[in-house]
Amino acid sequence: MRWPDRLAAVSGALLLLAVLVPMGLMLWSLLVQGSGVLSVDFLLEDPSQAGRAGGIAALLISTGWILAVCLLVAVPLGLGCALYLSEQVPAGTRRAQWLGGVLDMLAAVPSIVYGLFGYQFFAISLGLGFSILSGGLALALMVLPLMIRSAEQALRAVPFSYRQAGEALSISRWGWVKRILIPQAAPGIAVGIILSIGRALAETAVLLFTAGYVLRRPDSVMDSGRALSVHIYDLAMNVPGGMARAAATGLVLVAILVILNLLVRRWLRPAQGVLY
Amino acid sequence: MLTTSSPPRADRLLSWGLRLAGAAAVLVLGGIVLVLLMQSAPFLLDHGSDLWRNDWQPGQARYGMAAMVAGSIVVSVLALLLAGPLAVLLAAWLRYFAPALRRPMLALVELMAGIPSVVYGLWGMLVLVPWINQWAPPGASWLAASLVLALMILPLALLVTDTALGQLPVRYLQAGQALSLSRVGMLRRVLLPQAGASIVSGLVLQFGRALGETMAVLMVAGNVVQWPGSLFDPVRTLTANIALEMAYATGDHRVALFASGLLLLLVTALLLLLSWRLRGEKHALA
Repeated sequence: MRWPDRLAAVSGALLLLAVLVPMGLMLWSLLVQGSGVLSVDFLLEDPSQAGRAGGIAALLISTGWILAVCLLVAVPLGLGCALYLSEQVPAGTRRAQWLGGVLDMLAAVPSIVYGLFGYQFFAISLGLGFSILSGGLALALMVLPLMIRSAEQALRAVPFSYRQAGEALSISRWGWVKRILIPQAAPGIAVGIILSIGRALAETAVLLFTAGYVLRRPDSVMDSGRALSVHIYDLAMNVPGGMARAAATGLVLVAILVILNLLVRRWLRPAQGVLY
Repeated sequence: MLTTSSPPRADRLLSWGLRLAGAAAVLVLGGIVLVLLMQSAPFLLDHGSDLWRNDWQPGQARYGMAAMVAGSIVVSVLALLLAGPLAVLLAAWLRYFAPALRRPMLALVELMAGIPSVVYGLWGMLVLVPWINQWAPPGASWLAASLVLALMILPLALLVTDTALGQLPVRYLQAGQALSLSRVGMLRRVLLPQAGASIVSGLVLQFGRALGETMAVLMVAGNVVQWPGSLFDPVRTLTANIALEMAYATGDHRVALFASGLLLLLVTALLLLLSWRLRGEKHALA
């Protein structure tokens, strides 16, 4: 190797450090701050004193409900839209380009704008108030483009020969979709669902004015419920002395996301471009 | 068996159901634009010109957003200036100088991309702000916000660059080797210029993400409404302003926040169009 190449090889390693060191610091600072609080009880107790004491059980429940509402809407709708794209819109046509453009646009809309929309439309216009339902619905809209894109890729990856074989047997369209297409694409669709779960769990800004801040365990989807991510924000910013529990909650959230990431990795690699 | 068991009615239902689902995506986007427009239109017509002034005092019915628009822009621009070159160089280095590290690094970077923005913000509060505070109080500042944002957009910027470089024809590299060019020369003269348009297109999208990011910035920027004068001054961005004030805003104040949401949406749309243009993608919308 010549000297410019050697120099580049060395300086690249330095650049790598510029990324790895802050990331390492991030995990380390979370561990230092949060590990003192983290325990099994932390997961099983309800928070008290605005989160200064106790654990995060109520938040895990609220988060679970919000996620359930989000998925109940986003998965069927996303899968339907993906089927529409892969079955009824030939690639390269004007309509496909338009729909693709709309999806790109939806994916680029800032999350706080989804929050504003959800607040005005679900909480006020539809009268759902600050509730898990409002939050879950707003969140569903936010993860929809990701869900559609990943499901579409999974559906398009089903070999064309299968379709030809289906047509040769003059299988009905519904039969083709139900018995061949979706079962074949199932692993890819599962990856899309997991990616959507990850995105939904990581989101905060959408939930601030839709699902609200209430720390209690929710009784129904019409109750306000605080998600884990909102809890981290509130403890860190608004509750003096909440830092340790904010960090511990952050550790729990990151752990969940890492597990989801590993699941995706084990199951099936999403094709390029799904993540962003 | 498969053929005859399901009547054509099921097919027609399916076809309509899918059409509806496809329309839903369009409806969501249309709904967002419509709601924001309807909320802010009367206000924009009355006070539209006041929005560009530099005095945000909702208590006295003054809704000039210039300082926060500037805040959003400077914070994101600095973040992009920090993360963009780093991401491009690192992606190129991983691909052409350290291929053994590339796969594990990309896996790590993908993981980083999934970490919630509140956790990035928390890291900023725990590590970055106290650190900056030591030599330039108060710590929560333009610089802190840009650094946190830079770390946040770096993963996707890196992945986008890696994809762009991966799409270059292999024969470029072979031709370069045949001419015994140095790798640095290859990168500088051939590979980066060839992939330039798609790289920049990806970075434009990341700039849009930085502009739209709320939580991480909110937690470390200090949130004082003022013209960003120095790197160490606290600033407030448009997104942070919405998150901070929406909870108690009423009347015109509330509408002003919706107007700022509309502005964000508009800027994001323009950046997306720019990114399509750069990539030379033929979207009907562009």
